Amino acid sequence: MTSTLNREGLLKAYRTMRTIREFEERVHADFATGEIPGFVHLYAGEEASATGVCMHLDRKDYIASTHRGHGHCIAKGVDPVGMMAEIWGKATGTCKGKGGSMHIADLSVGMLGANGIVGGGGPLICGTALAGKLRGDRSVGVCFFGDGASNQGTIFEAMNLATVWNLPAIFVAENNGYAEATSSNYSVACDNIADRASAFGMPGVIVDGFDFFAVHEAAGEAIERARNGGGPTLLEVKVSRYYGHFEGDQQRYRAAGEVQALRETRDCLLQFRRRVTASGEITEAQLDAIDAEVKALIDDSVAKAKADPKPAAADLMTDVYVSY
Amino acid sequence: MARKITYQQAINEALDQEMSRDPSVIVMGEDNAGGAGAPGEEDAWGGVLGVTKGLFHKHPGRVLDTPISESGFIGAAVGAACNGLRPVAELMFVDFMGVCLDQIFNQAAKFKYMFGGKAQTPVVIRTMYGAGFRAAAQHSQCLYNVFTHIPGLKVVVPSNPYDAKGLLIQAIRDNDPVIFMEHKVLYTMQGEVPEESYAIPFGEANVLREGDDVTIVAFGRMVNFASEAAAAAQKKGVHCEVIDPRTTSPLDEDTILESVEKTGRLVVVDESNPRCSMASDIAGLVAQKAFGALKAPIELVTAPHVPVPFSDALEDLYVPSVARIEAAIIKAKEYK
Repeated sequence: MTSTLNREGLLKAYRTMRTIREFEERVHADFATGEIPGFVHLYAGEEASATGVCMHLDRKDYIASTHRGHGHCIAKGVDPVGMMAEIWGKATGTCKGKGGSMHIADLSVGMLGANGIVGGGGPLICGTALAGKLRGDRSVGVCFFGDGASNQGTIFEAMNLATVWNLPAIFVAENNGYAEATSSNYSVACDNIADRASAFGMPGVIVDGFDFFAVHEAAGEAIERARNGGGPTLLEVKVSRYYGHFEGDQQRYRAAGEVQALRETRDCLLQFRRRVTASGEITEAQLDAIDAEVKALIDDSVAKAKADPKPAAADLMTDVYVSY
Repeated sequence: MARKITYQQAINEALDQEMSRDPSVIVMGEDNAGGAGAPGEEDAWGGVLGVTKGLFHKHPGRVLDTPISESGFIGAAVGAACNGLRPVAELMFVDFMGVCLDQIFNQAAKFKYMFGGKAQTPVVIRTMYGAGFRAAAQHSQCLYNVFTHIPGLKVVVPSNPYDAKGLLIQAIRDNDPVIFMEHKVLYTMQGEVPEESYAIPFGEANVLREGDDVTIVAFGRMVNFASEAAAAAQKKGVHCEVIDPRTTSPLDEDTILESVEKTGRLVVVDESNPRCSMASDIAGLVAQKAFGALKAPIELVTAPHVPVPFSDALEDLYVPSVARIEAAIIKAKEYK
């Protein structure tokens, strides 16, 4: 056994991570053609974080996400076909083409939105967690944020409030090493983001974000504690992103070969595959089959997104209470 | 049955009745009870001016004191609204919007549209505004115009106890984020208020006085000043129509335009600074849609374009006065 997950759980985890990777690699390729409008921020490389955390959640648990939100959406159960259409600005998108990459949300699965404001999600997740606590339904709220947002006052306020109100909230700091082009070694004043947890009266835990099993285990403990009334946790996931801050970022601030080395030695999918096949729980063929299914799904999502209609002019004035 | 209570009591009663009616309504803010974690009395304050006093014991667990973290708890109210509650958060002074505006205008206001109509954010943000307390530049501003600019927000400006109760009940039942602006000088204002629960719809102006000569549109505390000025003008034979829009967003354009079509003269009274204000907005509306009816230039009575001063000698000059409104009425009437 490699973890508390059974075979079905392991296959689900792999499928989720594979779907995120395939989705992001495809958006990367298609963005380069100029067909995708706006800004996109890709999650490739960080799949184990969203997946390891969200495997413990169900629909009544909420998550708040970041600019780099595609992975969180997929891990929380947002339909990738609708997501792709949203990114392409189509009427069939998750948000009818009104949100775009930075604002994909689906409250029906507990996904409170990618967020265009750095640190915007912390206070919101305190609120969803408060609602769950007052209802007594054992639900939790998870705020994903980056090393950049870790320096925002909203995150400090939210962590303090979460302890003051003893909320079932988990703060997941995805430290990918760079806030835009600035290294977290420079911008974060302490050695680890998790070190700040003690200032807010909660446990701070550091975990290797390339290791799905490590994230899954640490997140499981934090989430279980929150469900049982034990209050919030700050979980720092040390990870890296394979692409730039946004698509088009030349990443001159990174060392030559940095990403290539990570892909070859630490990649979460690679590590996962090695571990579950070595233990004999899953065969290479099973994983290859998932790869093929996921590729077909993403191909299909792109084909649909390309063919789908854009929003109609009348859609400009709907979904807001009053239009002058 | 109606009896006389204050604007403050009317707000308290609206909160109490809605909390009793709907268990999803919660109240949160700085010292909304007061005394949390302290050795003395619980519900020691009931809000900095006592507006929420008594709710803490009547509705156990549903009145939450917060740290002084406006971004944190206003955002928490927004998040809770996305997850089934109807929070009423108190932003103690509207001037503090500066430390939590992101959660209001980038988060709450945007969700419904940005998420393709699939999110509801039934949050109410009650906040105290206005000059007159010698509270100086950072505790006296009149900023409803800023919120009115933002699509997705509803903005309520009650001018009297009856409206305060009915509009707050409507705000709590509304499924959009509502900014509920309470003028601090009005908290002690007495008025007839029914004991039973009632809701006043948004976007329906109240016509306090009918007249054929001059239309006066005023907001919040200024409605009462406008009524006084209209009564004074009446003695000079000038008949004013006084309109209180009650909500700046949505805005009851029809009542304003119909009145100007009748009178041909307009005075707008607004405690805000003049540029990009409700005063300039109403003037623009009438210039655009009732231009042909105008018999005189539109008169705007506003605060000057300066911060709110501290000294009573200056603050009393800052706030639009009944005398200035009356002078504007006469000027509009006598224009040839």
